[in-house]
Amino acid sequence: MKLVTAVIKPHKWEEVREALAGAGVAGMTVTEASGYGQQKGHTEVYRGAEYDVSLVPKIRLEVVVDDADAETVVSTIAAAAQTGKIGDGKVWVVPVDSVVRVRTGETDEAAL
Amino acid sequence: MDTGDTAWILISAALVLLMTPGLAFFYGGMVRAKSVLNMMMMSFAALAIVPVLWVLYGYSLAFSPGGNGWLGGFDRLGLSNIAVDTAYGTIPEYVFAGFQMMFAILTVALISGAVADRAKFGAWIVFTVVWVSVVYFPVAHWVFDFGDDGGWIATQLEAIDFAGGTAVHINAGAAGLALVLVLGKRVGWKRDPMRPHNLPFVLLGAGLLWFGWFGFNAGSAVGANGLAGLAFVNTAVATAAAIIGWIAVELVREGKGTSLGAASGAIAGLVAITPAAGAASPVGSILIGVVAGVLCAFAVGLKYKLGYDDSLDVVGVHLVGGLVGTLLIGLLATEGAGLTQFGKQTLAAAVVLAYSFVLTYVIGLLIDRTIGFRLDEELEVTGIDQVEHLESAYDFAGGGGGSILKTGA
Repeated sequence: MKLVTAVIKPHKWEEVREALAGAGVAGMTVTEASGYGQQKGHTEVYRGAEYDVSLVPKIRLEVVVDDADAETVVSTIAAAAQTGKIGDGKVWVVPVDSVVRVRTGETDEAAL
Repeated sequence: MDTGDTAWILISAALVLLMTPGLAFFYGGMVRAKSVLNMMMMSFAALAIVPVLWVLYGYSLAFSPGGNGWLGGFDRLGLSNIAVDTAYGTIPEYVFAGFQMMFAILTVALISGAVADRAKFGAWIVFTVVWVSVVYFPVAHWVFDFGDDGGWIATQLEAIDFAGGTAVHINAGAAGLALVLVLGKRVGWKRDPMRPHNLPFVLLGAGLLWFGWFGFNAGSAVGANGLAGLAFVNTAVATAAAIIGWIAVELVREGKGTSLGAASGAIAGLVAITPAAGAASPVGSILIGVVAGVLCAFAVGLKYKLGYDDSLDVVGVHLVGGLVGTLLIGLLATEGAGLTQFGKQTLAAAVVLAYSFVLTYVIGLLIDRTIGFRLDEELEVTGIDQVEHLESAYDFAGGGGGSILKTGA
């Protein structure tokens, strides 16, 4: 099993969700995140005092999938989240040792 | 006595009361999320404490006959020697006492913006009690008591101060500066981000203040009459002009107008028109408003150059705005304007400024040397709401941030 983690632009989240649903992904975990990379922050001004705001709001989504599905899920997210401008985010994959579904006690692939 | 006058001053008093909760929102939105409750509680402390002191002895020290130019007499201690049919001009004296009570509440609350995030709450309570007693009540007498034994600014100097440019705004601004010098800078000032955590609160507060200010200024006509109408119009137009003035500075400097600038410009205009509302023409009020908006927009940047952490710009808005209105009305009053009047305005402003600054510095120092005024650094960094009020304003995470109810377990 693989954990696919993606950090994407918040306004692309709905498109990514629809694309993943189309690819058969039934569930995921989403958190509001913030960070920075090549995309610089912005300047804010309060009573003339300037602040460089370096953190940019992002959506972080996580989904655990079968080894065989990982590549499809990654390419689906990458295609749906892409705008072509800096700040589109990243998708990465790490191996998962085990999974338990809390309600039934099913494990691993049966728990996905 | 006149029922129309009485009705208007009763309503005005309630309007002025609303200014202090409005101020709590105006200030509360400007601090960080970890200290918004303390900021608002400093205003609510004034709401709790000042009316009691006002009834016990404040009104007497400010307005009782039998005193002199510097302090009122003792005939009104506990509001004694007043009956329901005792008149003050055309209104019952109870109504006048209630109206003026609200000014005392607001003035001490205004100071709190200078010392955001870092004043021990107990020390602030002591400060509130001592400051209104030693500074506000006498100065209110100087400026607002036009009786036979009235205040020296009102009856001898005859400086123009319609609703409290000196007694309220210069007074609070000078006191704020003095307290900042006693308490020092916040931990991390000029290094950590200390931007406002809730600008909609700031705009809400500015709106409530503006609304209440019609009671403050138009109510200061102490009658439902044309003078109140003039003060009302001047209050509206000076405030509008000051927003334009402040935003104009931002457009030149940053290229954009900010919401905090609009809210701050409104307050700067309200402050500046306060002494002038009954004496300026509506067009003169526009000028006063624009000057206040522009000057205060620059003045709030001075603290970074001078190195004092006047956290929410009590000096830059109230002291500077108060001076703008108090001095300009000497030149712009529709009657008696000129260098003689300007000199009187300058003297009144200077004496109130000096009295408030010196007395507040001494009071602050005494509190600091005895019970301590400043929160411990570690507690300040943790957040004053949590350590001084046992609360946090927002439950961001849901589920009480991992809290477990102990009571009743």
